[in-house]
Order: sequence, then C-alpha cells, then structure tokens
Amino acid sequence: MSNKYIGKAVTRHDAHDKAMGRIKYTDDMCDKGALVIRVLHSTVANGIVKSIDTSEAEKVPGVVRIFTCFDIKEKHYYPTAGHPWSTDPSHQDIADRLIMTDRPLFYGDDIGAVVAEDEVAASQALRILEKSVEYEELPFVLDAQEAMKEGAPQLHEKYPNNVLAHTEIHMGSVEEAIKEPGLTKVEGWYETQPVQHCHIENFICYAYGEGGRTVVVTSTQIPHIVRRVIGQALGMDWGKFRVIKPYVGGGFGNKQDVLYEPLCAWISIQLGGRLVKLDVPREETFISNRIRHAIRYHITSWMRPDGSFAARTIKAWCNNGAYSSHGHAIAAKGLNAFPQLYPCDNIDGETWTVYTNRSVAGAMRGYGMPQASYAFECHAEDCARAMKMDPLEFRRKNLMPVGYYHAFSKNELYSDTFNQCFDKGAEIIGYYDKVEKYKNQTGDIRRGIAVSTFWYNTAVYPIALETSSCRIVMNQDGSVQFQLGETEIGQGADTAAAQMIAEELSIPVDMVHPVSCQDTDITPFGTGVYASRGTYTLGFSVRQTALLLKEKVLEAAHQFTRMPVYNLDLVDGKIVRTTDGRELMTIGELALSKLYTTDGSQHLTAESTYQIKSNAYSFGCCFAEVEVDIPMCRVRLLNIVNVHDCGQVINPILASGQVHGGMSMGIGYALSEKLMWDEKTGRPLNNNLLDYKLSSFMDHPRLNAAFVENYEPTSAYGTKGLGEPPACPVAPAIRNAIGAATGVYINELPLSPHTLFREFTDAGLINDPWRNEQGKESK
Amino acid sequence: MYDIKALYEAESVQDAIRLLQEHPEAQILAGGSDVLVQIREGRRAGVELVSIYMLDELRGVSIDEEENIRIGSLTSFSHITKDPIIQKYINVLGEAVDMVGGPQIRAIGTIGGNTCNGVTSADSASTLMAWDAIIELTGPEGVRRVPIKDFYIKAKVVDIRPAEIQTAILIPKESYDRCFGHYIKYSMRNALDIATTGCSVNVRLSDDKKTFERVRIGYGVAAPIPCRAYTAEAFLNGKEINDENIKKFAETVLEDINPRDSWRAGKALRQHISVVMAERALRESIRLAGGVVNE
Amino acid sequence: MSKQYKVVHCTINGKEVEQIVDVRASLTDMLRNDFRLTSVKKGCEVGECGACTVIIDGEGFNSCIYLAVWAEGKEIWTLEGLTGPGGELSDIQQAFIDEGAIQCGFCTPGFIMTSWEIVNSGKEYSDDELRKLLSGHLCRCTGYENIFRAVKKTMLRHLGKFEEAEKVNSQGIADYPEPMPFM
Repeated sequence: MSNKYIGKAVTRHDAHDKAMGRIKYTDDMCDKGALVIRVLHSTVANGIVKSIDTSEAEKVPGVVRIFTCFDIKEKHYYPTAGHPWSTDPSHQDIADRLIMTDRPLFYGDDIGAVVAEDEVAASQALRILEKSVEYEELPFVLDAQEAMKEGAPQLHEKYPNNVLAHTEIHMGSVEEAIKEPGLTKVEGWYETQPVQHCHIENFICYAYGEGGRTVVVTSTQIPHIVRRVIGQALGMDWGKFRVIKPYVGGGFGNKQDVLYEPLCAWISIQLGGRLVKLDVPREETFISNRIRHAIRYHITSWMRPDGSFAARTIKAWCNNGAYSSHGHAIAAKGLNAFPQLYPCDNIDGETWTVYTNRSVAGAMRGYGMPQASYAFECHAEDCARAMKMDPLEFRRKNLMPVGYYHAFSKNELYSDTFNQCFDKGAEIIGYYDKVEKYKNQTGDIRRGIAVSTFWYNTAVYPIALETSSCRIVMNQDGSVQFQLGETEIGQGADTAAAQMIAEELSIPVDMVHPVSCQDTDITPFGTGVYASRGTYTLGFSVRQTALLLKEKVLEAAHQFTRMPVYNLDLVDGKIVRTTDGRELMTIGELALSKLYTTDGSQHLTAESTYQIKSNAYSFGCCFAEVEVDIPMCRVRLLNIVNVHDCGQVINPILASGQVHGGMSMGIGYALSEKLMWDEKTGRPLNNNLLDYKLSSFMDHPRLNAAFVENYEPTSAYGTKGLGEPPACPVAPAIRNAIGAATGVYINELPLSPHTLFREFTDAGLINDPWRNEQGKESK
Repeated sequence: MYDIKALYEAESVQDAIRLLQEHPEAQILAGGSDVLVQIREGRRAGVELVSIYMLDELRGVSIDEEENIRIGSLTSFSHITKDPIIQKYINVLGEAVDMVGGPQIRAIGTIGGNTCNGVTSADSASTLMAWDAIIELTGPEGVRRVPIKDFYIKAKVVDIRPAEIQTAILIPKESYDRCFGHYIKYSMRNALDIATTGCSVNVRLSDDKKTFERVRIGYGVAAPIPCRAYTAEAFLNGKEINDENIKKFAETVLEDINPRDSWRAGKALRQHISVVMAERALRESIRLAGGVVNE
Repeated sequence: MSKQYKVVHCTINGKEVEQIVDVRASLTDMLRNDFRLTSVKKGCEVGECGACTVIIDGEGFNSCIYLAVWAEGKEIWTLEGLTGPGGELSDIQQAFIDEGAIQCGFCTPGFIMTSWEIVNSGKEYSDDELRKLLSGHLCRCTGYENIFRAVKKTMLRHLGKFEEAEKVNSQGIADYPEPMPFM
C-alpha cells in the first residue's frame, strides 16, 4: 500500500499557532474576573479534623466564602481514575474520595477551600486557616510493607492491613522445578522511587453556571470521564455538567485522573453559578495531584547451565498512597508482564497494592512498567552476569519468542521485534565495539555501555472497555472537520488522526481540520487518552467513519455524475471513474452541489463508534553509554538510543518526539528524580521544581530515536502503542551501564550521588583513609 | 500578585537609607529572586519593601583609586561573568556566578543579594571568602567596610545595621594580584540547582612555579555560613607543589569544615566531596597559574 | 494600607505604552492581565521553569519574579512581538515548527524568547554552551532534543553557515576521546 499522508512527517496542526504564542490554554481562556479558589490542605499525615475556625480568615478583605469539610452535608464518595465506567459494580473503581474530608489521610489532603476576589486575599486567608484547624493526630505509615504489618495505622475500614488488593499468578511448579540439579539461583530486591509528572502547565480548571447547568473548563486528558465523575461526586445527574477541554500543557497520566473538577463545580454551584477558578500551584501539584507508584520488587530466578530459566518467582509491593485512584491496575500490569517478557514454565508471582499515608499514586507514563522494567531488566542483567553470558545474547535467548501468543489478551508477537530492535540500536551506538573497548578499566573515571528492554501492550482490552467514536463533517469545499474522544494533549493525536482521514478520503491533509478542543456537549463519546492507546484505538473509529463518509460522498456523486457507485472512487480530491480513470468532478464541487441541490440537499457527515476487541504488543529497547566519575559519585550520560517497534509509524517527527520525551522522563527517573517525605511528620520535603530534580537541558545528551516498523496486523493502520513505552527501558539501561563501568550494580533508584556514594563506598571503590571502618568521619 | 504591604522605591542610595529609616520594618528588595519567592511561600508575606533594584549607580565593575576591584552590589551575575575586569583579574568569580540557577536567574540575581541573604549555598560566597572580599555598607552614619569573613555572622544573618544597604563588594589588589582560582559547584543536576557543596580555591605561586606562595580555599555548605579551611591553607603555604602535598591539603580541609546532615545530602557525602573538590580545584588552580605538579 | 498603584511607562513589543499597575503585580501579571499577552505562561511562579521568560533590554528574565513596576523605562519583548505585522514568523519560530520542537507547547514561548536572544547575538556557541544558555527552561515533552536542533540550525543560518546547518541531523552519537572529570 502506498500512502500519501500516513508515514509522512506532517507538521502538527497546532504548531504554527503554538509558535506564535496564540494558543489558548485553560488559564488563557478564563475571564480575569473569576473568583479564586485555594484549597486548604491537611498539615498532618493522618488524623481527624476536629474543627476549623473560619472566623479570622473570613475577615480578610476580599474573601468571598470559606468552605470546610463540615459543609458537606451529603457524603458522595467517588472514584477518580480515568478508567471507562463499568455497569458491573465488581469492575468499578474504588470510590473512596470526598471533595473535602474531615478524615485526612496524607499531608496535603483536601479539608477545605477559600474563595476570594484575588489570589493575595486567598493566600492570606489560607495562611490564617492553616493555623485554625484543630486535628486529632493519628499515627501514620509511609512504607508499603510497614503498612501491611499488624498494628499499623489503618487508612480505610474496608481494607484490612491496608491491602487494597492482592493477586497471584502460578504456572507449573516452582517447588518441583528447582529440584533440577545444576541450577544457579539469582535473587535480588529492586526498589523504585515515587516521582511526579511535572507537566509544565499545572492542573487548572474553572467552573460557571449556564443554562441551569455547570460548565467546567479543565486541563484534562479525559473530559467525558470527568463529566461522569463530577456527577458522581456531587450526587447529581451527569448531564447537569458540561466539560470543556482546551489545549493542554502536558498530562502524562496525572490528568488521566479527575483532580479538582468536582470541588470546583461544587463551589460554583454553592455560589449560584459564579465563575470560580482553581489554579493549582506547582508545590501543590507535587503532593495533592497524583504521583508515580513506588514499587518494591523481589525476584528470584533459577538458571540452568545453558542460561535458560528453570523457575522464577516475583513479589511486588506497590505503594498506592492514601486513596485508590487507579487501584490495583498498575501493580497488576507489572505482574502480568513478568511471565510474558521472559517466559518460563514455572512461575510464582504475587503483588500487593497497599494504602499508605503518602500522596496518591495514579497513572503516570508507563503505568507501572518503568518500575517493573527496572526490576526485570536489572534482574535479567544479574542473571546474565551470574551465568557469565553477554547480557545482550542472554536477552536474545530468553525473551518472548516470535509467535508467542497470550491467551487472555489474545496478543501475539508476530515479528522478530526484539532482535531487530537490538540489532538496530547496537549498530547506531556501536555497542559491540564499546563493550570490548570498555573491558578491564581502572582509574577514577570509567565508561560502560548496556542495554535493556521492556514489555508493553497498547491499550486496555480485555481488562476494560475499549471504545472510540469519531465524527467527520464535510464543508462546502470538500474539506472536513473531525472530532474524537481521544484528546490532544501535546502528543500529536489530532495530527495523526488527520493524516489517517486524509489518506482514507484521499484529500490533502490541510483540508482535514481537527476540532482540538473537546466539549462533552459536542464531542462524540470517548474515554480520552491513556495507555498509549490513542493512535491505535482512534484508528478504528477514524477509518470506519471516514469509510462511511466516503460511501455517502460516492452516493452523492452518483446523483451528479450518473455513474454507478461501484465505478466511482475518491482520488486526490477528485471523483474518479475507476473504469477509465477520468476525473469527473472535484470533491469541492461535489460537496457544494450536494448541499445546495434543490433535489435532495444533504450535509455530508458521518459518525460512528467502534468497540475495539484486540490489543497489541509494543516492544523495543534502550542502549545507554555512561561515564562514571567514581570519586565524585557522578554519572554522565554520553549517548543513548531508544529503538521501538510501534508498528507502522504514522508520523516520524511526532513519533520521534514521543520517544525523546519518554527517554527524557526515563533519564530523570534514572538519575535524579525522587519525591521525599519527612519520616517524622509525613510532610513532603521537596515539592517544588528546585528541590525536585527534574533533569535540565544540561543533563541531556543528544537523544536518538529509531524505529523498526513491523505492521501490526490487528490495527486499522498497522500502528501500536508508543506514548508510554519510551520511558520504560531507560533507567535499567543506565543502571546496567553504570554496573558495566564500575562493577557496581545498584538496585535502587534514582542513581543519584547519594546512592552512588553509599554503593561505591560499600563496594570499596571509595576508600577514604580518613574515614574509619564504620564509615564515620575522622573527627 | 505578591502579598506586599507596601513598596517604597528608592531613587538613590541616600533615598534608600531615608526610606529604611522611615520604615524600620521594611526589608530591602534587590533583584528579588529570593525575597519574592519567600513572599510567595508565605515566609515573608505581608512585608513592606524598599526596592533598590532601579538604582543603576550600584551596578557595574571598576577598579577604584586604591586599585581594588569594585563590584556594585546590584551587578547581576550575568554582567559579572561578562565583565572584562572580572575576566582579567578574578575570572573564577565570573565562572562561579555563572553556575547560579539558570540564565534568567543570573540576569536578575545580584551579587549583593547573594551575600546579604546570608545563605551558605550562595555560589558567589565561597569565592568571595577565598579572595578576602571586603563588603562596603552605606548607612546613616556613612560608609563602612567589613571583611567578608566578619560580614557573615550566622546562618541567614549578616552584619547589616538598621537602614544600611550593601553598596559594593571590593577585592583588594593584594588579594587578586597574581592569583588564579577555580570553583567547583557540586549539585544534583547541571543547571537550575543550588550547591550541595561548593569549593573555591586560588593560588599564588612562586616565580619559579615550584612553590605555593599562598593558597586560599573557601567553601559553601560546609558550615552554616561560607567558610575557609585555614588549617589546610596554612599547611600548604610555602610548600612545594607535589602530589603528596596536594593530597594532604585536601584531607586537611576536614579540620575546618563542618557540613551537616540534611535531607538534601548526608554529612558523609559532603565531607567526601569536599575533599575531592579541594584536590581537583587546587590542581586546576595550579594549572591556571602556570604550575606543574611533580609526581 | 490601601492598595498602592503606579503608572509604568515602557515599550512592549516595540510599542510605547503606559499602564497603571498594582505595585504587588509581577511582570507576568501585567503582561497577561493588562496586555493579554498570554504567551507568557505561569509554570511555577518562582523562577524555576522558565515558561514566563521575556526579553528585557536584550536579556531573558523570568517575568514571574520581576515586579511590574520595574518595567519602567524598559524595552520588553514577548513571543507575540516576534511575529511580523503581516503575521510573518521569525526564523526561530519557523525552526521550532520545522524541527518538531513543539509538543504541548506550554514551554514553547519562553524557549523561543531565549532562543531568539541566542540566535540574534551574532555568536557561534558550542553545543555545551547552547545547552547552558537554554538551561533556564524546563520541558517535559521533548527531552530538549528537537529544541536543541532548532536553535543550533537557526544560529548557524544567522551566521551564514547554511551547509553546516543542514548537517545538524536527527541522530547524534557523540564521540568523546578524553575522560571528562567533574570539575
């Protein structure tokens, strides 16, 4: 199939306006007369709000109203995850949140709100209010395994020992398999840290009353889900709300949760529909939105002398923070991946998702797989070393083989993806030469190179509903607008969809106009963007709808050309008679004629829903080359390459951009990012962009993105997931490269100077004569 | 919008002093990269401010009649780095302040603000300590000069009397003449960061480049205020340039520094890095001074 | 104390203006609210992310930690000012589009302003220098890769080095012959 638009580096539709600075994000659209909401957050990590004295704060000039958790008369607990709703209660997300609570479960929980005429008045009142809260403080717990112990503080009544969920997998018999003689046992603990999304546009929303309903404009990935959840949170009919999504300054999964939209809508309603804006400051974004789960893994493998796996076990403890958000889905994804990435006949696995008194963990680019990839790929490296095998050859030998079929998801590995990606990446970075070159180094500064891979699938079938809807409306000149439930949040979904429609209708891509800003009153239903599903899922509804429209266009063409539909086609914007290739009329002439004809006038439009019942593996790898300054405990990333098989690349420049962004997030995850809490108070320590070390321009080398394009047979356009996978393999590749350089393989993230200092000291690489054996200073 | 109770804009140094006398509660606002952030945090919310930011008379670098390098207190980091006098005589200061935050912070941040806030992590402070800078303060009683080691009193407290403002930082000729130095900033990322520890070394070598005539070493975040490692300096002054002496010097800094444990970094890491930095900064200073280390 | 206001005179995007401002306002507040120059973005409000960067008298500043009253007498440029009277884009804006340096677009205005200052400096910077000059901006979408390429290419074109600019490609494996101790 030769494509005109698919696979081409089409400029994203909004690039020009963004380069001019005239794109409107949520705050840019809000009238500056809006009242300002600031949220009153708990300053205890676990407790009961006994009282809030609002009298002093109310005296601050400019304060309009103060709401507290005691103003909630009916408690409507609601779920926040951006998952499709299920009409089956057993598949619904846990409803454990209130818009304000008198039972704060983490430092930063929402216990009240100030509404004021301006931000200064709001912040003045907030500071007074913070001192006017009387708490009964309760003991708190920050660690997942600690939280599971008898006697630990209990967060939610229905979940004894704070276990939100516990699942197991068993294949074959580990007990029997390990009796095989000659096995080598490799065992490790792997610890990942909590991090935050850090989209540069903080979460923001505003609400106002109109026509007896409440309109909420919000920076979200999931407008239709937001509408449903506002209804649930306020105990009102869902149709009472209209949710509008303008351009979004990044989401990365944080905006795949319902955040403050229900509170904002509720306050507007309390004030008779006045315009209220809730703009979350960066410091609060870190602690009162969502974060990435910290997951602790324990993996054991029993290896045969030939380097194959005889048996494997895995245990994982997933720190979910104080509320369920996405619940067990994140931990389960990692557990589900374990037997697939490195198949083995005998596997035991179990995982716990555990409530703790920390900020709430939710979706974040990779959805549990950056954590799992770290554990899996550290462990794979450790296994290869134990067996004295080249780590790359070890992976080639043990990874999921071509033809692998997964019965539950019905996923199949159709191509030799792993080897193709390895070969391509190894060539770009010069892997084999560098492995040789970096052998037997001594001295303070050493280099290393290594690889890692990951497991990913594209969408959420069969775990949850997969549905996509599309509407395409043709204008008088034959150009079209289209709307989708899959949201544009910066990743380029609209442009990819426009390329598909242009391809299908055979019209120039600049005649295909995305309606980028979604509105639940207008946009066809869709659940939003997450799970790297956008391009895959929207592809089905886009193609189906474009074909419907094409059918209507050709039927209309029959009226004006007298030719039978089966002898007509759309080619390069023309109605063409296929029997001789003659161009009969342009699409513009056709559209104009059909709309204004006095004989059966019709506006040409199509709309349809496609329910997706397939999923697709999306694999790749990362090669990292580092230089380690041992005395300085610092890592310099010299070169990095990610190779992905995301099926057919719809748009190479946008696809590369996705890979770069994921790699960048992976670099920060590997080397510097970590959210911290004070063990004594449960207070967050580094919830700002100075103390939270998001990697800067100077911490990045050139980022290399490469693709292996194996057309995905289940997909409408041969595509599969790409948004999240690039973030997954980076941290373990860097860890393995540091290990290759120094011999020190570190099982904890981030690989910051703090970690490196401890590990290099333990390994004897740092041996200060002035420090005594206990590691204490000399004086 | 900042929670500022009142803003008084000074039109001259004398006007600033008058405003500070009239409004004894008011705090001085220079570039604002610390003060405004603290107002937003709430730590300084509701303050009265005397803004001296528009006082161009406090900007610029010159050599005064006594041959001191005179740096106006409001000179921004970016302008210090670009200044030819700085580049010629004390390039290390230009390099050090070129590591503050990012470029936009270096455009607004002033060297006066960096010292007056009294924080130990200030990137200019260790170098100014190591070059025995003199702080010039102007107040109702006139001008006084304070050696920088006396200017820092304790964490976040400096010797500024009521209604005084810092008007310049001076580097005496004795201090910069034939001196070459290097600053290492140790932080968790390569930009937009504060120092975990910073170390500034400078040397004056003998004419034959074989001996240390004078070595000075200043630290940030090795104590509650910027400090010197005088014991290490005393050890090395007059000694031959060789590997052994350099290593001994580096270890000796531990006699003088006292970094603390915090969630930002452990004491042991800071001590270790301080020693490594001392050695590396010294070696680089020797190289810049034209010396060679005998193995 | 009652609210305090001041009249500020300055040049914004080439046009002389005067504006009454609340003395508590930041320059970001003034540009966004009084002039509706909404390319000036709020990402952190403490000078860490660079999204609010504007050029003041030829130098990039975080307008969030710059008082509006300090704009007195200054020449200020925001992204809106880079577009010509007929809507023509400057070459650096076009390069951001062409190189795929824009994703969500929220950091873009600040980045373009700093880049504009760089490419108009008439200097040729090394790769490391470019990274340092651009390091006052955080971006979570692009990994800075395509931004780097857009700026480098435009810098070279400004210096008349068109062939070199075309050689700045999308793959970058670097070779470092010597160890690079952290100094």
